[in-house]
Amino acid sequence: MNLRALLLASAVSGTLFSVGAQAADMTIGFSQIGSESGWRAAETTVSKAEAKKRNINFKIADAQQKQENQIKAIRSFVAQGVDAIFLAPVVATGWDSVLKEAKEAKIPVVLLDRDIDPAGKDLYLTAVTSDSVHEGKVAGEWLVKTAAGKPCNVVELQGTVGASVATNRKKGFEDGIAGASNVKIVRSQTGDFTRAKGKEVMESFIKAEGGGKNICAVYAHNDDMMVGAIQAMKEAGLKPGTEVLTVSIDAVPDIFKAMAAGEANATVELTPNMAGPAFDAVIAFKEKGTVPPKWIQTESKLYTQADNPMAVYEAKKDLGY
Amino acid sequence: MALRLPRIGTSQIVALGLILVANWIVSPQFFDIRLQDGRLFGSLIDVFNRGAPVALLSIGMVLVIAMRGIDLSVGAVMAICGAIAASLADSHSLPVVLAAALGAGLLCGLWNGLLVAVLGIQPIVATLILMVAGRGIAQLITEGRIVTFTSPDLAFLGGGSVLGLPTPVVLTLGMMALTLLLVRGTALGLMIEATGGNPRASALAGIGTRLITVAVYMWSGLCAALAGIVASADILGADANNAGLWLELDAILAVVIGGTSLFGGRFSILLAVVGAFIIQAMNTGILLSGFPPETNLVVKAVVVLAVLLAQSPRLGGHLAGLGVLFKRSKSGGRRS
Amino acid sequence: MHATETLPPPLLALAGFSKSFAGFTALDRVDFTLRAGEIHALLGENGAGKSTLIKAMTGVVARDAGTMKLDGVAITPRSAQDALAAGIATVYQEVNLAPNLSVAQNLFLGRQPTRFGLVREGEMRRRARALLSEFGLSIDVAAPLESYSVAIQHIVAIARAVDQSARVLILDEPTASLDAHEVEVLFAVMRQLSARGIGIVFVTHFLDQVYAICDRITVLRNGRLAGSAPVEELPRLDLVRLMLGRELSEATSRRPPVIEGEARADIATFRGVGKAGTIAPFDLSLRAGHVVGLAGLLGSGRTETVRLVFGVDPADCGAAEVGGRAVTIGSPREAMALGFGYCPEERKTEGIVAELTVRENIALALQARRGALSPLSRREQDALAARFIGLLDIRPPDPERPVGLLSGGNQQKVLLARWLATAPRLLILDEPTRGIDVGAHAEIIGLIRDLCREGMALLVVSSELEELVTYADEVVVLRDRAHVARLSGAQIEVSTILATIAQAPACADAA
Repeated sequence: MNLRALLLASAVSGTLFSVGAQAADMTIGFSQIGSESGWRAAETTVSKAEAKKRNINFKIADAQQKQENQIKAIRSFVAQGVDAIFLAPVVATGWDSVLKEAKEAKIPVVLLDRDIDPAGKDLYLTAVTSDSVHEGKVAGEWLVKTAAGKPCNVVELQGTVGASVATNRKKGFEDGIAGASNVKIVRSQTGDFTRAKGKEVMESFIKAEGGGKNICAVYAHNDDMMVGAIQAMKEAGLKPGTEVLTVSIDAVPDIFKAMAAGEANATVELTPNMAGPAFDAVIAFKEKGTVPPKWIQTESKLYTQADNPMAVYEAKKDLGY
Repeated sequence: MALRLPRIGTSQIVALGLILVANWIVSPQFFDIRLQDGRLFGSLIDVFNRGAPVALLSIGMVLVIAMRGIDLSVGAVMAICGAIAASLADSHSLPVVLAAALGAGLLCGLWNGLLVAVLGIQPIVATLILMVAGRGIAQLITEGRIVTFTSPDLAFLGGGSVLGLPTPVVLTLGMMALTLLLVRGTALGLMIEATGGNPRASALAGIGTRLITVAVYMWSGLCAALAGIVASADILGADANNAGLWLELDAILAVVIGGTSLFGGRFSILLAVVGAFIIQAMNTGILLSGFPPETNLVVKAVVVLAVLLAQSPRLGGHLAGLGVLFKRSKSGGRRS
Repeated sequence: MHATETLPPPLLALAGFSKSFAGFTALDRVDFTLRAGEIHALLGENGAGKSTLIKAMTGVVARDAGTMKLDGVAITPRSAQDALAAGIATVYQEVNLAPNLSVAQNLFLGRQPTRFGLVREGEMRRRARALLSEFGLSIDVAAPLESYSVAIQHIVAIARAVDQSARVLILDEPTASLDAHEVEVLFAVMRQLSARGIGIVFVTHFLDQVYAICDRITVLRNGRLAGSAPVEELPRLDLVRLMLGRELSEATSRRPPVIEGEARADIATFRGVGKAGTIAPFDLSLRAGHVVGLAGLLGSGRTETVRLVFGVDPADCGAAEVGGRAVTIGSPREAMALGFGYCPEERKTEGIVAELTVRENIALALQARRGALSPLSRREQDALAARFIGLLDIRPPDPERPVGLLSGGNQQKVLLARWLATAPRLLILDEPTRGIDVGAHAEIIGLIRDLCREGMALLVVSSELEELVTYADEVVVLRDRAHVARLSGAQIEVSTILATIAQAPACADAA
């Protein structure tokens, strides 16, 4: 893997190398959820690479999406006396007792990607997560800027009904377009975060909106649904990327391929590099006693066709997405 | 035991018609059809195109259910076969891709059939094994990501058209015709109905019930494989996590809407396929309606309930009784 | 039977009990009297009405007519719970308890001793131990019920029933799955209960046990009371007669003279075939135009014999020869390939496919033999159906009617038609006239004779001895899962058959 491309893709902070040199011989355990999505696989790949860069002895325990496996893994890390524990919690509750055990053993815990129930705030050092409301807002603001005052009817492909990410990305997008009366959402349906449903829902939007002529832009809560929607538009004789603007979230490799082909316009990155900032925080805490803030927000970077999408695709395609 | 006289399927066809009309009411352009790149294009076509995977599943499922079985694994088999097809599509010719994917489906069916017929495991448990494991197998094949392909040959099976009809619809009709030929053109249909109706009596009458059981599960696997290929070809990729997810339940529902009893016996392939299109007509209608997505499942449940109630002979009797009561009370009211 | 002055007044008296199911009379004006402390055997062949009588007296089914008095007070239980509350408890062959709960929990399920709403586990166990010790049983009452033998499970069920102040205890075939020692334990308990004044109704198929423990016997046949007498007034031969048929005087032989001299080809010969635990090894020879009848009480091994011949439960020893060739018959399909056909006794569960039409049911076996890939055309099926509907006078003569809607006799004819359509060399009929009306009896017997004349070999199981003697050329008598006698020629008389069935094994005479 090309290191330069990786940096480009995952928006790593610039201070990384200077700190990394001091971190030799540190051991950190990571309780990963399991292979639930391509993004999760990429997160694991990137975490390993980030650990290697800092000479950290990094142990990953795959929980196969079960909390009991995560609890077991944390106990085992505590027993091994690791220097810190990373946890990507599969659910929000039920962590109190095991995190107390870690705290009593004076092992700092960093949450990755997801937060846990508020009651546990003093039980972990910090949480490194993305702000999904902010992601939606970045997408909305891009669309307002691109529409440039012209009237723009948006159709929205929502994530799974009730999923907090879907709710937040919807809210963030609505916040982002709130100031622009020319941009408005005319249709919104769930595509369950999948390509197949994204395509099916887009097909019906096209029919319901006069063959797609009334659609100015598509906003999808994830790139997979957008990939499906792009297919639906092409099959209906529309030209996504030019006739119809597209903006989605996640920045998976396939959307960069579509951007390179001129069929997609923009995506907002949910970075798979949650571990990098977490390593830095732990190192600073261990070596200088710097207590990090309770929440480290990752960058929600916007990519457009201007950002050399093919290069990003090449960098990302082997991360496991 | 409920004894049913041969059905003609009026209630299912009326239900499909009513739902299509309802779709037309919520979306006036519903019946508009135009030609787009040599392919028919319109919401009505979408119903049949999107309904094709479940319709394919229901063709296999109806035979399994007629044998007093059930096949919960079809969604997972779709994922496996779709993953195989997508992984091979860019490196092998279409016949090889199809042979591999369909062969895998038959193999999955053979596994289910052997568990049920030879080891005597209850069908719901036997097929649950592959339902759980199968998705994992599919994820292993795709290494947990969405495997995309560019092969136009395979893509044609999802997005192409034959004489203006989308290929998935043509494949569904072809599979239905082939199955009808195999089942009704031979004595297999009679043997399946006899075995489902009374397995012990059928075995004593000399029917090779085990062999037929295995064959029926294999056919269900084959139908699921074809559905998986269509689903992969449609999105130009294999999504092991989501392909066919919960579609086994839609297929069972389609069979039940088609009037085949879960207790086995008499079955209708044609009406099971109609059942699948009823479900899809409902889905498409909901998407066109612009209702908030939170209401999707409730609307679907209410419509399914209505269709099933309309078929219930017992309710029919009660309704007739209510009608009489209603008339009486009305006439009584007039008199007073 | 005579009512003796010294007898105590009846504990339970049923009079004129009747029950019909959809036109079929299961009970026809049956009287039954049980006295306190009496162990009363209720006997009869399958379908005689024993189960219906028990269900009617415990409220599981509602009787159509009749009165019921417990201690002189008229009662009409509406459910098993109702009957239990009145003092009538039933323990079935399949113990109706929760096998995974402890013995104590089973004994007090639903009536646990509680304090402030909490179960008093210790108290419950103490009471359970006390209760079981009355029956001479000292076991760990905290262990799950399923860890004990079936006999102990029965005693627990009985103890539970008796502890719920039962005064009438109905035991429905409790000994069917017990070994000799366990039966003795159960009998000890029964004697003890009888000494306490509890009336026991004892349903069983084992005549030895009847003579070992019962005071009185009531026999049902075809839903009617066939007779009731103290056990010492009803010797074994009379009892069998009561169970199986009419008086000897009626049952004269009407067997047609055997046509001798005609060369009768051997269709199938069985030597020393048997199946461990099912039927003792036997010899059987089946010839063209020859009817072999199998006679014996329920459970004597008649059905087991024919299932072995047809390969349903294949033999594990012996040799079979069909048409002069040594064969093994491992499945019904193999039997069919040899030209065998089999109409089973359980018409509904093993015979007809209720929701298929008459035409489809008739075509089924022939189609199975031809294989799925060479289907009978609709025209061939129609012709087949029309031929047999006419030949056997199946009513209504509608080939498209689901066979489940036909009467029992017509269902039986459809089954016969199914096998006749395959033109078998050997046809096996298990109780061909069971549960069908009298008119159809005669027709089916006539048909058996016709088939025989046409040169088919027949193997017929029948409890209707006076019918069997009219058409059988040879009668094999079975007892205790073994062939015990082969009667032929002038020996084929109802009285001879009855006497052979009733011959007690030497050791049981003491009872």
